[in-house]
Amino acid sequence: MNRQQAKGIIETLLFISTRPLTLERLREVFDREINRAAIKTILDELIAEYQGRNLQLVEIGGRYQLCTRPEYSPWIKKFYQIEKSTKLSQAALETLAIIAYKQPITRVEIEEIRGVESGGVLRTLLEKKLVKVLGRKNVPGKPLMYGSTWEFLQYFGLKDLSELPSLKDKELQDPAGPAESVVQPLCGDINSPQDIEQLRIPD
Amino acid sequence: MSPSSTPFTIKLQVFEGPLDLLLHLIKQNQVDIYDIPIALITEQYVEYLELMTQLNLDFASEFLVMAATLIEIKSRMLLPVIPDPEGQINQQTDDPREELVQRLLEYQKFKEAALALRKHEGHQAEVFTRIEDDSTESEKDLFLDVSMFDLLEAFRRLLQEKAPEQIREITRDEILLIDKLSYILEQLEKRGGKLSFLSLTEGMNHKLELIVTFLALLELVHHRLIKLRQSRPFGQIWIWKDESAASQGHN
Repeated sequence: MNRQQAKGIIETLLFISTRPLTLERLREVFDREINRAAIKTILDELIAEYQGRNLQLVEIGGRYQLCTRPEYSPWIKKFYQIEKSTKLSQAALETLAIIAYKQPITRVEIEEIRGVESGGVLRTLLEKKLVKVLGRKNVPGKPLMYGSTWEFLQYFGLKDLSELPSLKDKELQDPAGPAESVVQPLCGDINSPQDIEQLRIPD
Repeated sequence: MSPSSTPFTIKLQVFEGPLDLLLHLIKQNQVDIYDIPIALITEQYVEYLELMTQLNLDFASEFLVMAATLIEIKSRMLLPVIPDPEGQINQQTDDPREELVQRLLEYQKFKEAALALRKHEGHQAEVFTRIEDDSTESEKDLFLDVSMFDLLEAFRRLLQEKAPEQIREITRDEILLIDKLSYILEQLEKRGGKLSFLSLTEGMNHKLELIVTFLALLELVHHRLIKLRQSRPFGQIWIWKDESAASQGHN
């Protein structure tokens, strides 16, 4: 099979799939005769080619999916008679932001930053699968530690955690000069697609 | 006194917590976060809590803790500063407001991050992917949570569809919530743990019966015995047995 054929097959599969596809899933169709790197290159090419089209191919947390472009949403909504989309509450967003930037983080640590009890909102986020339990912290009481999920990336349309807006201390009238501490999102172990696979919540 | 001449007016907005309220007061008074006029802010903070109390609105106990903290800082500010042995007054380390300022700055960072995420959320809400057919949906699908309004809308439509033009007879049938509770669970069991809102109410023509069934649904959701879901806005609402209720280990 030549490359052009493989590309056609991949584009076709992306077109008919209702779910985002991983590199590994795409590889299966070629009986793993094509390596990951080659598939990745094809996907990157497709993403570039779709730049000039009316649909877009996006990568979210190592998975690929054909999507519509935002500018066409009024017509989609009209067609499907969708009035408005549900949004997360302010409390949920704040908590999510803290978890995304500071993961792994415990409930108590979240509450220290927010200054309010956050058990309820955390439970909602877990139910929505936007956050998940990463493990237990090795301190007295062994509290659960939480982190973001693939669904989190999807919900906000982020390719990976490095796409989170950088978190800067606001430059306020600090006599010692502007504070420039930048908190980088912890993305060390969740950058590669394999790890993202592991990030999936067990059903 | 007209509202415009009230020295302290506050739009009753909902604050996520005491830090949120404090940031709002600092912004409203246009004061420097590193040099908070603690007496003024404390006064306004307490006023807000009093207003909430007068309006009979609940606020979290954390708001009271912060009030106490503010008053403590205020009183410490009134104490004379004792110079260290060299006779120097270290403004920076002796400032009783220091810890609060750090907390406010930290919280503000994430409040802004949440704002940025809100933009992403709005953008992503305009992006659509291929939609799966309702009939082929499986448990793994990403369901939208059904809001109270969706339920009310479904109920309203139901009433419109089912309500007869004219009601003549007056019946005094007793419809008990407990009966409907077990009816719903029974139906769920019979149909393998999943059933649609419409099929549940099939054959129910009595308004009171519909109301009680609806209440029973809410009651079951409350007790986490069932889940209500739909795969897309305005789609069919499905009633699921809540399997997770027993196995939920999160605190």
